[in-house]
Amino acid sequence: MLPIDLKPEKFTGYPPEARKLAVNNVSALQRLPLTFLPSLLREMIDYDFKFPVERRAVERELATIASLSPEQLKDWFQGFVQIRLSSQLENLDWINAPAQFVEQLSAHLWSTHQLDAFRMAAVGYADRLRAAAPPEPPPVPRLGIAVIGQGVVAYDAPLFRKLRAHGAYFNHVEPENGLQLLLDAVAARAKAHSGAYAHWYIDGGQAARYDPAITCVSYHALEPARAALTAKMRAEIERPGMGPEALRTLMARMRPEDLGMMAEPGKTSDPVMDRFQLKVLTEGSGTQIFATTFAQWTAREALRRAQPLTLLVRFAPRQKQKPMNEMISGSQNPPELDPAGSLVDADFGAYYNWLNQQRLPGAEQSSFLVWFEGHNEAVAIGPAWPRGSQSNALVDMKHLLS
Amino acid sequence: MSDLPTTPQQLARHLGRTRRDFLRDAAGVALGSTLMSASPLVRGATAAKKRKTIVITFGGGARDQETFAPEGQENIPNLLHQLIPQSSFFTQVVNQGILGHYVATASLATGVYETLNNFSAVPPQHPTVFEYFRKDLHRPLSDAWVVAPSNGFNRIGESDYRSYGSGMGARVVLPKHLLTAAMSGSSTDFEHLLRDNYETPLYTPRLAGGEFELQQLEMILKLSVDDFKAHALTASSPDELSVYIARRLMQQESPSLLWITMHDIDIAHAGAYSLYVDAIRRTDRLCAELWKAAQSEPEYAGNTTLFILPDFGRDADQDSGGNGFQHHRTGDALSRTTWMMAMGAGVREGVVYDRATESTDLVPTLGSMLGFSASLAQGKPIPELL
Repeated sequence: MLPIDLKPEKFTGYPPEARKLAVNNVSALQRLPLTFLPSLLREMIDYDFKFPVERRAVERELATIASLSPEQLKDWFQGFVQIRLSSQLENLDWINAPAQFVEQLSAHLWSTHQLDAFRMAAVGYADRLRAAAPPEPPPVPRLGIAVIGQGVVAYDAPLFRKLRAHGAYFNHVEPENGLQLLLDAVAARAKAHSGAYAHWYIDGGQAARYDPAITCVSYHALEPARAALTAKMRAEIERPGMGPEALRTLMARMRPEDLGMMAEPGKTSDPVMDRFQLKVLTEGSGTQIFATTFAQWTAREALRRAQPLTLLVRFAPRQKQKPMNEMISGSQNPPELDPAGSLVDADFGAYYNWLNQQRLPGAEQSSFLVWFEGHNEAVAIGPAWPRGSQSNALVDMKHLLS
Repeated sequence: MSDLPTTPQQLARHLGRTRRDFLRDAAGVALGSTLMSASPLVRGATAAKKRKTIVITFGGGARDQETFAPEGQENIPNLLHQLIPQSSFFTQVVNQGILGHYVATASLATGVYETLNNFSAVPPQHPTVFEYFRKDLHRPLSDAWVVAPSNGFNRIGESDYRSYGSGMGARVVLPKHLLTAAMSGSSTDFEHLLRDNYETPLYTPRLAGGEFELQQLEMILKLSVDDFKAHALTASSPDELSVYIARRLMQQESPSLLWITMHDIDIAHAGAYSLYVDAIRRTDRLCAELWKAAQSEPEYAGNTTLFILPDFGRDADQDSGGNGFQHHRTGDALSRTTWMMAMGAGVREGVVYDRATESTDLVPTLGSMLGFSASLAQGKPIPELL
């Protein structure tokens, strides 16, 4: 089936909001090449579980496509039209399984040496879309915070090597009550600039107490879901004929309830957050086994998808390295931790948090703070801080957040 | 203001020039030219039969910023200060193929960009360097060996290309499989050496059997199961075990063509930067140890050419489609542009070449150096090494 043959009734398998969106835009979808359309459908089919900013982005994209003249459409998508597909791909159920189509398209592009051409087409499209329908600027400048080094008593090697050039390095930070001050600052921003999923706290260990206005994800809280997932993975790996691709497909089809991700008693379930956390665990490599990877990947996905105004990420020690099969074996014993290695991971993870924050609209006004938890070192980045500078003055958290 | 590189080709050239400039400053090597073609190899004096070739793939996937960029040099002290001054160094080796470790290593070994399923234990689709070598030069099975890290590599020694028939490939030794056989499920002390396919940490291909592996230990490596287990306890990673087996092979079998695939670095897929960097440092040390071992083995000293090259790089921090060092999924210029060093017999020392070559050029180059025809390879011999 080709996109031109799309009919509204083809979307009956979609969740309610996604179906409505697809049916309302079917004429725009019919105009798109098959090398492109499933990527868009992959976003649309999850519409019911998307963050508000993601929903608005999909709507803007569809409106922009619908507004293109035939000449513009040809111009925008000619790179995609030139990509050759296999008949196997063309015969896939790309309407109801767009993610699987995209995964197989990726393998096809690699094996047919068309990946560079596809990249070029995709980058060109993204540039045009950004120009025609610019992303929303944030209502207030974003603030990112990374707290690294939990459990490390002393560390002699230089920290923040990737970030120092972009801001001011402080070596006399008052550490007392530092985490609480940072969480209070996030809570204050959440109250002053309220919005759904606009202020986040991600903890690679057990979350500290936080204001209910903040969206929180923690490695510790997801322990039952991680255990359920690794148990399923173990069971699948043992099955004859199970390979990584089949396992990945199986994980992509999982639902939150498959991992027991139900609301706590007395609380209402949040399908958007349930789905977000599920994807962190099923799509993120290493998020099931390493707390540092979990924190970094969750932050990446939160920034990419929810585009928060405030994001505090606290890294915690991960378990020591062991064979993969052993790490997913779910041993009952508490794992041995690697605080020093985790500090190195978190230091680099903080750099990635900053990079990902800078990819969002309003980057030039954004601020970022990374602090070695319980210690005196920090780097502050933002319009207020001179790049590549160092301060030996005694400062507190409030000063760094000012 | 100079133009910033934008296309993949410009980025690859820029990367090559950066490596060259860094090496000139840090290691004091000279810039070479394709016009400098006189080889120091005394061909007549080095009997072809005596000549040994070792290929090490510096895997799986390390980026410049953790290796040859200024901030990465602390991770490769042995390459930088011991090996590069002895080497002809190629700053721009581009991999145009699929960036999965098995398929990319298979491409290195065939000189053709293979398109096989990266996660299946299937043979390469085109003749391997081992088949060309053994068939054209009439070498016995014992003269070509592969030491490979992962169970998924067990078919890399021989293609399923029909006209080459069967039985002309290399013997493949999988140290982890050896260890599994030696353990017979009796102990967990060696679990840290049994890490496998990091690319998909959800899956470890299993191989059946065990008798052949124990036979390899005792008949070929002249190593008792107990001695092997005792040594394994002292190894800190799968690649350390691989190098131990490679050294044992050099002592017992003295293969003329020995291919060692390192894989520890691919722990990066788990997302822990410290483990990734630790693995780079370990691989750097192991490369130097292996070269030192070759100098001390009578069968290898003075007549061995060593090639070290990554199968590919990893994604750039700046590419929003990836997650930096963790994966090699974007196919960007940084993940495709690697390097190669060649040293020892027949190779000029302390020279840097920054023209572009391809991963597939390795096999035709080995063919020209050793005297076999890599007739089905896509790459071309590298003239600077001939």
